[in-house]
Amino acid sequence: MELKEIAMAIAIGFGALGPGIGIGILAGKALEAIGRNPEATNEIRTNMILGIAFAEAIAIYALVVALIIKFV
Amino acid sequence: MELEISIAAEKIFQIAQIPITNSLLTTWLVMGFLIFFVVFVSHNFKEVPSRLQALLESVVGGLYSLVAGVAKENTKEFFPLVATFFIYIIALNWSELLPGVGSIGFLESSHGKSFLVPLFRGPTADLNTTLAFALISVFAAQYYGIKKLGVLGYSQRFLNIRGPADFVTGVLELISEISKLISFSFRLFGNLFAGEVLLTVVAFLIPFIAPIPFLGLEIFVGFIQALVFAMLTLVFLNIATESHGGL
Repeated sequence: MELKEIAMAIAIGFGALGPGIGIGILAGKALEAIGRNPEATNEIRTNMILGIAFAEAIAIYALVVALIIKFV
Repeated sequence: MELEISIAAEKIFQIAQIPITNSLLTTWLVMGFLIFFVVFVSHNFKEVPSRLQALLESVVGGLYSLVAGVAKENTKEFFPLVATFFIYIIALNWSELLPGVGSIGFLESSHGKSFLVPLFRGPTADLNTTLAFALISVFAAQYYGIKKLGVLGYSQRFLNIRGPADFVTGVLELISEISKLISFSFRLFGNLFAGEVLLTVVAFLIPFIAPIPFLGLEIFVGFIQALVFAMLTLVFLNIATESHGGL
Protein backbone atom coordinates (compact mmCIF):
# COMPACT_ATOMS: atom_id res chain seq x y z
CA MET A 1 0.00 0.00 0.00
CA GLU A 2 1.77 3.10 -1.20
CA LEU A 3 1.79 6.38 0.63
CA LYS A 4 0.41 8.05 -2.49
CA GLU A 5 -2.79 6.01 -2.42
CA ILE A 6 -3.33 6.63 1.29
CA ALA A 7 -2.78 10.36 0.69
CA MET A 8 -5.34 10.40 -2.07
CA ALA A 9 -7.93 8.60 0.03
CA ILE A 10 -7.39 10.86 3.04
CA ALA A 11 -7.57 14.00 0.87
CA ILE A 12 -11.02 13.28 -0.47
CA GLY A 13 -12.24 11.47 2.64
CA PHE A 14 -11.68 14.33 5.04
CA GLY A 15 -12.41 16.88 2.37
CA ALA A 16 -15.95 15.66 1.89
CA LEU A 17 -16.75 15.78 5.61
CA GLY A 18 -17.25 19.52 6.04
CA PRO A 19 -19.22 20.21 2.87
CA GLY A 20 -21.46 17.22 3.55
CA ILE A 21 -22.45 18.61 6.93
CA GLY A 22 -22.71 22.12 5.52
CA ILE A 23 -25.03 21.14 2.70
CA GLY A 24 -27.16 19.14 5.10
CA ILE A 25 -27.61 22.14 7.39
CA LEU A 26 -28.35 24.38 4.40
CA ALA A 27 -31.01 22.11 2.97
CA GLY A 28 -32.54 21.61 6.40
CA LYS A 29 -32.89 25.33 6.98
CA ALA A 30 -34.30 25.79 3.48
CA LEU A 31 -36.91 23.12 4.05
CA GLU A 32 -37.80 24.73 7.37
CA ALA A 33 -38.22 28.08 5.63
CA ILE A 34 -40.41 26.55 2.94
CA GLY A 35 -42.54 24.95 5.62
CA ARG A 36 -43.06 28.28 7.32
CA ASN A 37 -43.75 30.20 4.13
CA PRO A 38 -44.74 27.99 1.18
CA GLU A 39 -45.42 31.01 -1.02
CA ALA A 40 -41.74 31.95 -1.15
CA THR A 41 -40.70 28.48 -2.34
CA ASN A 42 -39.19 29.68 -5.63
CA GLU A 43 -36.99 32.33 -4.05
CA ILE A 44 -35.90 30.00 -1.28
CA ARG A 45 -35.07 27.29 -3.80
CA THR A 46 -32.94 29.62 -5.92
CA ASN A 47 -30.97 30.90 -2.96
CA MET A 48 -30.57 27.39 -1.58
CA ILE A 49 -29.08 26.16 -4.85
CA LEU A 50 -26.64 29.07 -4.78
CA GLY A 51 -25.60 28.32 -1.21
CA ILE A 52 -25.21 24.62 -1.94
CA ALA A 53 -22.98 25.41 -4.93
CA PHE A 54 -20.62 27.39 -2.69
CA ALA A 55 -20.46 24.60 -0.12
CA GLU A 56 -19.97 21.94 -2.77
CA ALA A 57 -17.10 23.88 -4.32
CA ILE A 58 -15.01 23.13 -1.21
CA ALA A 59 -15.60 19.43 -1.69
CA ILE A 60 -14.59 19.84 -5.33
CA TYR A 61 -11.31 21.46 -4.28
CA ALA A 62 -10.57 18.38 -2.15
CA LEU A 63 -11.49 16.12 -5.06
CA VAL A 64 -9.18 18.00 -7.43
CA VAL A 65 -6.32 17.64 -4.94
CA ALA A 66 -7.00 13.91 -4.72
CA LEU A 67 -7.06 13.58 -8.51
CA ILE A 68 -3.82 15.53 -8.85
CA ILE A 69 -2.15 13.28 -6.28
CA LYS A 70 -3.25 10.23 -8.21
CA PHE A 71 -2.65 11.28 -11.78
CA VAL A 72 0.18 13.80 -11.73
CA MET B 1 -7.28 -3.37 -21.35
CA GLU B 2 -6.21 -0.68 -18.95
CA LEU B 3 -8.09 2.30 -17.66
CA GLU B 4 -6.38 5.56 -18.57
CA ILE B 5 -7.49 8.93 -17.35
CA SER B 6 -5.56 12.08 -18.03
CA ILE B 7 -6.21 15.40 -16.32
CA ALA B 8 -4.80 17.41 -19.21
CA ALA B 9 -6.44 17.38 -22.62
CA GLU B 10 -4.36 15.58 -25.23
CA LYS B 11 -3.10 17.28 -28.35
CA ILE B 12 -4.31 15.71 -31.58
CA PHE B 13 -2.81 17.94 -34.25
CA GLN B 14 -1.14 21.26 -34.85
CA ILE B 15 -2.01 24.33 -36.86
CA ALA B 16 1.18 26.29 -37.43
CA GLN B 17 2.77 25.89 -34.00
CA ILE B 18 -0.54 26.08 -32.12
CA PRO B 19 -1.44 22.69 -30.59
CA ILE B 20 -5.07 21.72 -31.05
CA THR B 21 -6.36 19.55 -28.21
CA ASN B 22 -9.34 17.24 -28.34
CA SER B 23 -11.34 19.47 -25.98
CA LEU B 24 -10.72 22.45 -28.29
CA LEU B 25 -12.02 20.45 -31.23
CA THR B 26 -15.15 19.53 -29.29
CA THR B 27 -15.61 23.18 -28.30
CA TRP B 28 -15.56 24.22 -31.95
CA LEU B 29 -18.10 21.55 -32.84
CA VAL B 30 -20.48 22.59 -30.04
CA MET B 31 -20.09 26.26 -31.01
CA GLY B 32 -20.78 25.44 -34.65
CA PHE B 33 -23.85 23.43 -33.71
CA LEU B 34 -25.28 26.18 -31.48
CA ILE B 35 -24.70 28.91 -34.06
CA PHE B 36 -26.08 26.81 -36.90
CA PHE B 37 -29.13 25.80 -34.88
CA VAL B 38 -30.04 29.34 -33.89
CA VAL B 39 -29.44 30.75 -37.37
CA PHE B 40 -31.50 27.96 -38.87
CA VAL B 41 -34.46 28.57 -36.55
CA SER B 42 -34.33 32.36 -36.67
CA HIS B 43 -34.02 32.39 -40.45
CA ASN B 44 -37.74 32.86 -40.85
CA PHE B 45 -39.49 34.08 -37.75
CA LYS B 46 -43.26 33.89 -37.93
CA GLU B 47 -46.01 35.66 -35.99
CA VAL B 48 -47.42 32.30 -34.99
CA PRO B 49 -44.24 30.49 -33.99
CA SER B 50 -43.25 27.06 -35.13
CA ARG B 51 -42.37 24.58 -32.42
CA LEU B 52 -38.59 25.16 -32.56
CA GLN B 53 -39.10 28.90 -32.50
CA ALA B 54 -41.45 28.54 -29.51
CA LEU B 55 -38.82 26.45 -27.77
CA LEU B 56 -36.11 29.08 -28.29
CA GLU B 57 -38.49 31.85 -27.22
CA SER B 58 -39.39 30.04 -24.01
CA VAL B 59 -35.70 29.47 -23.19
CA VAL B 60 -34.80 33.11 -23.78
CA GLY B 61 -37.93 34.35 -21.98
CA GLY B 62 -37.32 32.14 -18.97
CA LEU B 63 -33.70 33.26 -18.70
CA TYR B 64 -34.71 36.90 -19.06
CA SER B 65 -37.19 36.71 -16.19
CA LEU B 66 -34.58 34.89 -14.09
CA VAL B 67 -32.03 37.65 -14.72
CA ALA B 68 -34.63 40.38 -14.21
CA GLY B 69 -35.44 38.97 -10.80
CA VAL B 70 -31.90 39.61 -9.57
CA ALA B 71 -30.60 42.58 -11.57
CA LYS B 72 -33.62 44.81 -11.68
CA GLU B 73 -32.54 47.90 -13.55
CA ASN B 74 -29.39 46.50 -15.17
CA THR B 75 -31.13 43.52 -16.76
CA LYS B 76 -30.63 44.63 -20.35
CA GLU B 77 -26.88 44.95 -19.82
CA PHE B 78 -26.28 41.76 -17.89
CA PHE B 79 -28.65 39.48 -19.77
CA PRO B 80 -26.50 38.70 -22.87
CA LEU B 81 -23.44 37.65 -20.87
CA VAL B 82 -25.33 35.62 -18.26
CA ALA B 83 -27.61 33.89 -20.76
CA THR B 84 -24.65 33.08 -23.04
CA PHE B 85 -22.81 31.57 -20.09
CA PHE B 86 -25.81 29.41 -19.25
CA ILE B 87 -26.62 28.16 -22.75
CA TYR B 88 -23.00 27.68 -23.82
CA ILE B 89 -21.90 25.93 -20.63
CA ILE B 90 -24.91 23.62 -20.55
CA ALA B 91 -24.26 22.65 -24.19
CA LEU B 92 -20.57 21.99 -23.43
CA ASN B 93 -21.42 20.01 -20.29
CA TRP B 94 -23.94 17.79 -22.06
CA SER B 95 -21.67 17.25 -25.06
CA GLU B 96 -19.41 15.17 -22.81
CA LEU B 97 -22.21 12.60 -22.46
CA LEU B 98 -22.61 11.97 -26.18
CA PRO B 99 -21.57 8.49 -27.30
CA GLY B 100 -18.18 8.68 -28.95
CA VAL B 101 -16.83 11.53 -26.82
CA GLY B 102 -13.90 10.11 -24.93
CA SER B 103 -14.16 6.65 -26.49
CA ILE B 104 -13.31 7.12 -30.19
CA GLY B 105 -9.75 8.10 -30.94
CA PHE B 106 -6.27 7.23 -32.02
CA LEU B 107 -4.16 4.42 -30.66
CA GLU B 108 -0.73 5.75 -29.77
CA SER B 109 2.11 4.03 -28.03
CA SER B 110 4.78 5.25 -25.70
CA HIS B 111 7.17 3.31 -23.44
CA GLY B 112 6.04 0.10 -25.10
CA LYS B 113 2.42 0.47 -23.96
CA SER B 114 -0.35 1.47 -26.35
CA PHE B 115 -3.01 3.84 -25.12
CA LEU B 116 -6.00 5.61 -26.58
CA VAL B 117 -5.96 9.34 -27.35
CA PRO B 118 -9.63 10.31 -27.69
CA LEU B 119 -10.62 12.45 -30.64
CA PHE B 120 -13.30 14.28 -28.63
CA ARG B 121 -13.31 15.17 -24.96
CA GLY B 122 -15.73 17.09 -22.77
CA PRO B 123 -14.60 20.72 -23.12
CA THR B 124 -15.44 21.75 -19.58
CA ALA B 125 -13.43 18.82 -18.22
CA ASP B 126 -10.39 20.80 -19.37
CA LEU B 127 -9.13 23.41 -16.93
CA ASN B 128 -8.28 25.79 -19.79
CA THR B 129 -11.91 26.23 -20.80
CA THR B 130 -13.19 26.79 -17.29
CA LEU B 131 -10.34 29.16 -16.47
CA ALA B 132 -11.24 31.18 -19.57
CA PHE B 133 -14.86 31.40 -18.41
CA ALA B 134 -13.78 32.41 -14.91
CA LEU B 135 -11.51 35.16 -16.29
CA ILE B 136 -14.32 36.51 -18.47
CA SER B 137 -16.72 36.48 -15.52
CA VAL B 138 -14.41 38.25 -13.07
CA PHE B 139 -13.20 40.84 -15.56
CA ALA B 140 -16.75 41.51 -16.71
CA ALA B 141 -17.62 42.32 -13.10
CA GLN B 142 -14.74 44.81 -12.91
CA TYR B 143 -15.70 46.30 -16.28
CA TYR B 144 -19.37 46.81 -15.40
CA GLY B 145 -18.44 48.11 -11.97
CA ILE B 146 -16.15 50.77 -13.42
CA LYS B 147 -18.66 51.55 -16.14
CA LYS B 148 -21.50 52.10 -13.68
CA LEU B 149 -19.66 53.74 -10.78
CA GLY B 150 -16.63 55.32 -12.41
CA VAL B 151 -13.06 54.39 -11.54
CA LEU B 152 -13.10 56.39 -8.29
CA GLY B 153 -16.47 55.08 -7.19
CA TYR B 154 -15.56 51.50 -7.93
CA SER B 155 -12.17 51.60 -6.23
CA GLN B 156 -13.95 52.74 -3.05
CA ARG B 157 -14.94 49.13 -2.72
CA PHE B 158 -11.33 48.03 -2.32
CA LEU B 159 -9.61 51.12 -0.99
CA ASN B 160 -11.69 52.37 1.91
CA ILE B 161 -9.87 54.81 4.20
CA ARG B 162 -12.77 55.65 6.49
CA GLY B 163 -11.26 53.57 9.25
CA PRO B 164 -8.88 50.68 9.93
CA ALA B 165 -11.63 48.05 9.91
CA ASP B 166 -12.92 49.35 6.59
CA PHE B 167 -9.40 49.24 5.17
CA VAL B 168 -9.02 45.58 6.08
CA THR B 169 -12.43 44.89 4.55
CA GLY B 170 -11.23 46.49 1.34
CA VAL B 171 -8.12 44.32 1.22
CA LEU B 172 -10.22 41.23 1.90
CA GLU B 173 -12.52 42.21 -0.96
CA LEU B 174 -9.51 42.30 -3.28
CA ILE B 175 -8.37 38.85 -2.15
CA SER B 176 -11.93 37.58 -2.53
CA GLU B 177 -11.96 38.69 -6.18
CA ILE B 178 -8.87 36.59 -6.86
CA SER B 179 -10.36 33.65 -5.04
CA LYS B 180 -13.46 33.94 -7.21
CA LEU B 181 -11.26 33.16 -10.22
CA ILE B 182 -10.02 29.97 -8.61
CA SER B 183 -13.40 28.97 -7.23
CA PHE B 184 -15.28 29.50 -10.52
CA SER B 185 -12.80 27.58 -12.62
CA PHE B 186 -12.28 24.71 -10.20
CA ARG B 187 -15.96 24.29 -9.36
CA LEU B 188 -16.89 23.76 -13.01
CA PHE B 189 -13.74 21.77 -13.83
CA GLY B 190 -13.95 19.56 -10.74
CA ASN B 191 -17.60 18.69 -11.20
CA LEU B 192 -17.26 17.86 -14.88
CA PHE B 193 -13.91 16.08 -14.69
CA ALA B 194 -15.08 13.99 -11.74
CA GLY B 195 -18.19 13.12 -13.76
CA GLU B 196 -16.04 12.01 -16.66
CA VAL B 197 -13.85 9.87 -14.40
CA LEU B 198 -16.95 8.39 -12.75
CA LEU B 199 -18.50 7.44 -16.09
CA THR B 200 -15.22 5.97 -17.33
CA VAL B 201 -14.70 3.88 -14.20
CA VAL B 202 -18.31 2.60 -14.07
CA ALA B 203 -18.27 1.74 -17.78
CA PHE B 204 -14.95 -0.01 -17.21
CA LEU B 205 -16.33 -2.11 -14.36
CA ILE B 206 -19.86 -2.92 -15.60
CA PRO B 207 -20.38 -1.88 -19.23
CA PHE B 208 -24.11 -2.71 -19.42
CA ILE B 209 -27.09 -1.20 -17.57
CA ALA B 210 -25.00 0.13 -14.63
CA PRO B 211 -23.85 3.40 -16.31
CA ILE B 212 -27.46 4.50 -16.85
CA PRO B 213 -28.12 6.10 -13.43
CA PHE B 214 -24.70 7.76 -13.57
CA LEU B 215 -25.49 9.24 -16.97
CA GLY B 216 -28.71 10.58 -15.46
CA LEU B 217 -26.69 12.08 -12.59
CA GLU B 218 -24.30 13.68 -15.06
CA ILE B 219 -27.15 15.25 -17.05
CA PHE B 220 -28.44 16.77 -13.81
CA VAL B 221 -24.98 17.92 -12.69
CA GLY B 222 -24.30 19.49 -16.09
CA PHE B 223 -27.51 21.51 -15.85
CA ILE B 224 -26.91 22.56 -12.23
CA GLN B 225 -23.31 23.64 -12.83
CA ALA B 226 -24.29 25.75 -15.83
CA LEU B 227 -27.10 27.34 -13.80
CA VAL B 228 -24.80 27.95 -10.82
CA PHE B 229 -22.10 29.52 -13.00
CA ALA B 230 -24.58 31.86 -14.68
CA MET B 231 -26.35 32.78 -11.42
CA LEU B 232 -23.11 33.41 -9.54
CA THR B 233 -21.84 35.58 -12.39
CA LEU B 234 -25.11 37.52 -12.24
CA VAL B 235 -24.93 37.94 -8.46
CA PHE B 236 -21.31 39.16 -8.58
CA LEU B 237 -22.10 41.54 -11.43
CA ASN B 238 -24.92 42.90 -9.30
CA ILE B 239 -22.69 43.30 -6.25
CA ALA B 240 -20.03 45.05 -8.34
CA THR B 241 -22.46 47.64 -9.69
CA GLU B 242 -24.29 48.56 -6.51
CA SER B 243 -23.13 51.89 -5.13
CA HIS B 244 -21.64 52.29 -1.68
CA GLY B 245 -21.85 55.23 0.70
CA GLY B 246 -19.64 58.30 0.46
CA LEU B 247 -15.91 58.35 1.10
